[in-house]
Amino acid sequence: MLSESGSAGADVKIGITLTINGERRELQVAPWTTLLDLLRERLDLTGTKKGCDHGQCGACTVLVDGTRINSCLALAVMKDGAEITTVEGLAGLAHRQGANTLHPIQEAFVEHDAFQCGYCTPGQLCSSVGLMNEGHAKTRDEIREAMSGNLCRCGAYTNIVDAIEEVMHQGAAR
Amino acid sequence: MNRFDYVRADTVADAIKALGTDPSARFIAGGTNLVDLMKYNVEKPGRLIDITRLPLKNIEEHEGGLRIGALVSNADLAYDASIQSRYPLLASAILAGASAQLRNAASTGGNLNQRTRCYYFYDEGTPCNKREPGSGCPAIGGVNRIHAILGASGACIATNPSDMCVALAALEATVQVSGPEGNRAIAFADYHRLPGDDPAKDNTLKPGEIVVSVDLPATDYGPHHTYLKLRDRLSYAFALVSVAAALELDGQTIKTARLALGGVAHKPWRNQEAEALLQGKPATRESFKAAADLILREAKPQSENGFKIELARRAIVRGLEQAAAGTPQSQSDKRIQ
Repeated sequence: MLSESGSAGADVKIGITLTINGERRELQVAPWTTLLDLLRERLDLTGTKKGCDHGQCGACTVLVDGTRINSCLALAVMKDGAEITTVEGLAGLAHRQGANTLHPIQEAFVEHDAFQCGYCTPGQLCSSVGLMNEGHAKTRDEIREAMSGNLCRCGAYTNIVDAIEEVMHQGAAR
Repeated sequence: MNRFDYVRADTVADAIKALGTDPSARFIAGGTNLVDLMKYNVEKPGRLIDITRLPLKNIEEHEGGLRIGALVSNADLAYDASIQSRYPLLASAILAGASAQLRNAASTGGNLNQRTRCYYFYDEGTPCNKREPGSGCPAIGGVNRIHAILGASGACIATNPSDMCVALAALEATVQVSGPEGNRAIAFADYHRLPGDDPAKDNTLKPGEIVVSVDLPATDYGPHHTYLKLRDRLSYAFALVSVAAALELDGQTIKTARLALGGVAHKPWRNQEAEALLQGKPATRESFKAAADLILREAKPQSENGFKIELARRAIVRGLEQAAAGTPQSQSDKRIQ
């Protein structure tokens, strides 16, 4: 059993290993650091956004071992050993080599005008990939419901669903 | 968020030992409620015990029913093939709640123990008898649209926000817990408390106890069930009123009825008198209305939530009609048939 007790309040760091967008990182992390803050503040991966910081907007959505979660509610130390994919790593996920390449979902978002200000977009993209990994949503209604954890104040929702539908059907056609 | 010790447990015994006698120690699994509360300084644990490595992640056959490990995620539970075919009411209720991201992270045990979303409970700048016993309940006479119409007290009118628990109440699940004094089984109806004079305690767990599984008994309602959730948005919002209904029918006659309400009380609300009333009756609107009236006879409105009484009355009737027809509410097609 791992026991890291100094007195609560001491400058305690826990050693963890995370594979982030394919790159293995060994990190010393305070237990109260969220995965979101680790990614943005420490690792400069500012693609993932802090919208509400309370699990209510989905802007912080990332993939942990292929599963979408709200990184604002995840303590980084609890993800020791996991593979994390952020928006910066989506092209790599689709085996697109080289700079400035895009995952099919990113191409579809551009094609379908599925973003305006772009703030919710990294979360929408990771959430879309997570949705497709889950393999449950098939109809438009199901896609909408399955994306209900990602809010968009610009109202790009219908185009987001269009983009997801297209990539899902591409995937089925392959 | 306060500073805290962080430890990991590998066995249930380790986890219980790590809790020790520290009243500010907390187990953490998905963290989707606890971390939220910590960010608001409502929960300030001195120590977090990471229980995500405990061997409580399976769904197994158990005495004709199923035993759900406390660490099974809400998503895994809802999409499990055995749950979908044998307990579709439970799957439906889970999918009505939260978001995919939250369901992926949240655990069965955590969902069971999630705390109220009362605005005053969440605001450390206001009094709250649940958060600080004796400080008062500003929801009474305050902003109480989302609060209880049944089972409340002068000390607390908060509601239990879980959808999963409403289905577990209707399915008469059993909660298995383990603690310093050994293992025990808690009937679901006895797990969550009414607020009474002591709203600080949400449930009947004793100090040092941990939920290890939730057991579902063998049941067969076939398609005669529904989870009907009414809320201000079509998705991603807590229930104003929800109904879990399950019926065993003999032709058009009700053999057994199970009914639980969410969004209306400090615990999922069952009224066994109403269930008994339905037994042997024809599965008609008249029977359902009689049951609804019986359940809501003791309902008490607060200053802003009186609409819930009539809403609940109609939701009970509509839910029972859906169950009787074998057309459970879809959680993705939002039309209420």
